[in-house]
Amino acid sequence: MPPFPEAAKSATENSQMRHNLRLATDTIRGKRESAVSELDDWSDLRQAGKAVKDRTLRHLDTYLEQLEESVTAAGGTVHWAADAAEANEIVTGLVQATGESDVVKVKSMATQEIELNEALAQAGITAYETDLAELIVQLSDDLPSHILVPAIHRNRAEIREIFRDRMASWGVPAPEELSDDPRALAEAARVHLRERFLDTKVAISGANFAVADSGSMVVLESEGNGRMCLTLPQTLISVVGIEKIVPTWSDLEVFLQLLPRSSTGERMNPYTSTWTGVTPGDGPQEFHVVLLDNGRTDVLADTVGRQALRCIRCSACLNTCPVYERTGGHAYGSVYPGPIGAILTPQLRGTASETEASLPYASSLCGACYDVCPVAIDIPEVLVHLREEVVSQPGHRAEKAAMGVAGWVMGGERRLDTAQRAASAARSFMPRRMPGPASAWTDTRDIPDIPAESFRSWWRREGAEQAPDPGGGEHGPDAQEGGRR
Amino acid sequence: MRIALFVTCVNDTLYPRTGQAVVRLLHRLGHEVVFPESQTCCGQMHYNSGYRREAQKLAVRFVETFADADAVLAPSGSCAAMVRDNYPRLGEDGSRLDRAVAAVAPRVYDLSELLVDVLGVTDVGAYFPHTVAYHPTCHGLRLLKLGERPYRLLSNVRGIDLRELESATECCGFGGTFAMKNADVSAAMGADKARHAVATGAEVLCAVDNSCLMHIGGTLRRQRTGMKTLHLAEILASTEQEPAVL
Repeated sequence: MPPFPEAAKSATENSQMRHNLRLATDTIRGKRESAVSELDDWSDLRQAGKAVKDRTLRHLDTYLEQLEESVTAAGGTVHWAADAAEANEIVTGLVQATGESDVVKVKSMATQEIELNEALAQAGITAYETDLAELIVQLSDDLPSHILVPAIHRNRAEIREIFRDRMASWGVPAPEELSDDPRALAEAARVHLRERFLDTKVAISGANFAVADSGSMVVLESEGNGRMCLTLPQTLISVVGIEKIVPTWSDLEVFLQLLPRSSTGERMNPYTSTWTGVTPGDGPQEFHVVLLDNGRTDVLADTVGRQALRCIRCSACLNTCPVYERTGGHAYGSVYPGPIGAILTPQLRGTASETEASLPYASSLCGACYDVCPVAIDIPEVLVHLREEVVSQPGHRAEKAAMGVAGWVMGGERRLDTAQRAASAARSFMPRRMPGPASAWTDTRDIPDIPAESFRSWWRREGAEQAPDPGGGEHGPDAQEGGRR
Repeated sequence: MRIALFVTCVNDTLYPRTGQAVVRLLHRLGHEVVFPESQTCCGQMHYNSGYRREAQKLAVRFVETFADADAVLAPSGSCAAMVRDNYPRLGEDGSRLDRAVAAVAPRVYDLSELLVDVLGVTDVGAYFPHTVAYHPTCHGLRLLKLGERPYRLLSNVRGIDLRELESATECCGFGGTFAMKNADVSAAMGADKARHAVATGAEVLCAVDNSCLMHIGGTLRRQRTGMKTLHLAEILASTEQEPAVL
């Protein structure tokens, strides 16, 4: 993937995609706003969510061991994966042990992060995505562009085309006369997927939460496809990031309020499935949890950056981000797009490559993401922190030089005064269009006129001479009242 | 009251009229303004770009310059937010810088905060017979939480006709070096903001931060819309005798 500014350039030029995104994010933003404003204790809930996550992360080792004990006691098996390769190897081995070559999947960010589908394909195993949006993405050989709504960049006319052209080669074909009515599209997907659910013996899922004291996995979803995956097959394999733990069921209560309102703007999501180990004669008879590190303990070691591990993948930051709205998710070159991706991906994968190093700059630091984050991740703070990391590496010579000069000029009022005088003297020679890197500005905007005189120069001449109105007016100094804020 | 003006480097260099308007306005309200000449820049650009050490040096200069001030006025929402919100992150806990910041930062105000909260004024006796749309800049909105203050001040200006701005709370796309590093996205955001501003039919777009106005105004000018931009201070300083220059 090219670095963000390059990818973003072509994305901003795609007017169809920008229109689709604007429409979708606008709608979800509005729904979230009203769902959140219904609760008068939202800010307390947010602080509670933050506190539970922070406490869990501080004692993560303890809770992970507790989870392993609980899962084992309930008849499941826990596997530990240090990185993507190890996780893929474990999952591939578990599927191969069943003798099956097809698996169904419920939407999972963790398996996308480790590129599990590709790893399974190499072992001759086909993974079928069952989430409607994931299905659209998979059928069209596309990449997801949103955490919650992977096909957000597509409209229904495009989806109709995809279903008509591609469904037949993956299973039950789309009906001949398929329209782009949402109900008809959903029905085509339902028929296509139903056969898949009934025929497939192995399922792979993620989990929104893993409860340490009972060993339960919790999945929140809208369509019921997840519940099909979790209950119909013989074998269930859950790939779960180690930060997904909550200590107890009562901790879960906070997140069951925070997540649906933040993500889909609903009071409650239609399906919340929880399952614990194995129950003879009911549901999957074999259950595996793969606990995935893949860079997470490194993130945990960073005192500023670790707050990114509080993320519950609600996507509120994506839906509110003006940058995401104009570029879509693909431009980030990252499984996690948008503001959370801009801080999570460079931490999980490091900032050595150009793509990852460009992500902390994919924000105007407007702060809208922090405002809506249900677990109060200060995304702007982490972005700036990661920029420090990026500029501490070799390279960026021109920028470092420019920043050095700017710092030197600002390091003394006489130097600033001299620079201002030089700029004023050159004001009539200023071109409307600048060469080099400054052309980024002047291609679309006029540069401001440089004034004949700086403020400080005016002050020396006139300001210091001016005295306040002796009458004090009706709002004199005596009118002071109250403190700030 | 004696108010120390931190004019900010952008206003000092590119928008001296904003600084002059602040001086005129505060004098009219009967207050004394001092301009400590050792001031330069708050370090926001360095801080936001990841140049922490340079930002620390500028923070040290700032807190030394304004150590004795009762109230510091920064007529820029983002610079006021830099001092209040980000300076506390620059020094180690209990360090000299940390202690100096804790002493100075709470006394740094944006113009609307100074007027409404400290000086207790919402009608400054201004006259500005024009149509105006107000853009609440990101730092003013989310870090300083200025809320209704600027609207209250504007609505008491005689002759003004305030227009509502669609998607007002959305970022204009300036973001300091973001405008250079991600020029295409920045321009797309600026174009949308300019479109909403023009759609109000107002003559003037007003904000509390000239850097945002530089970006939006530059877009408005390039598109030859005829719409002007003005800092809040210039509208509030405007009177029949000394009208603001459009």
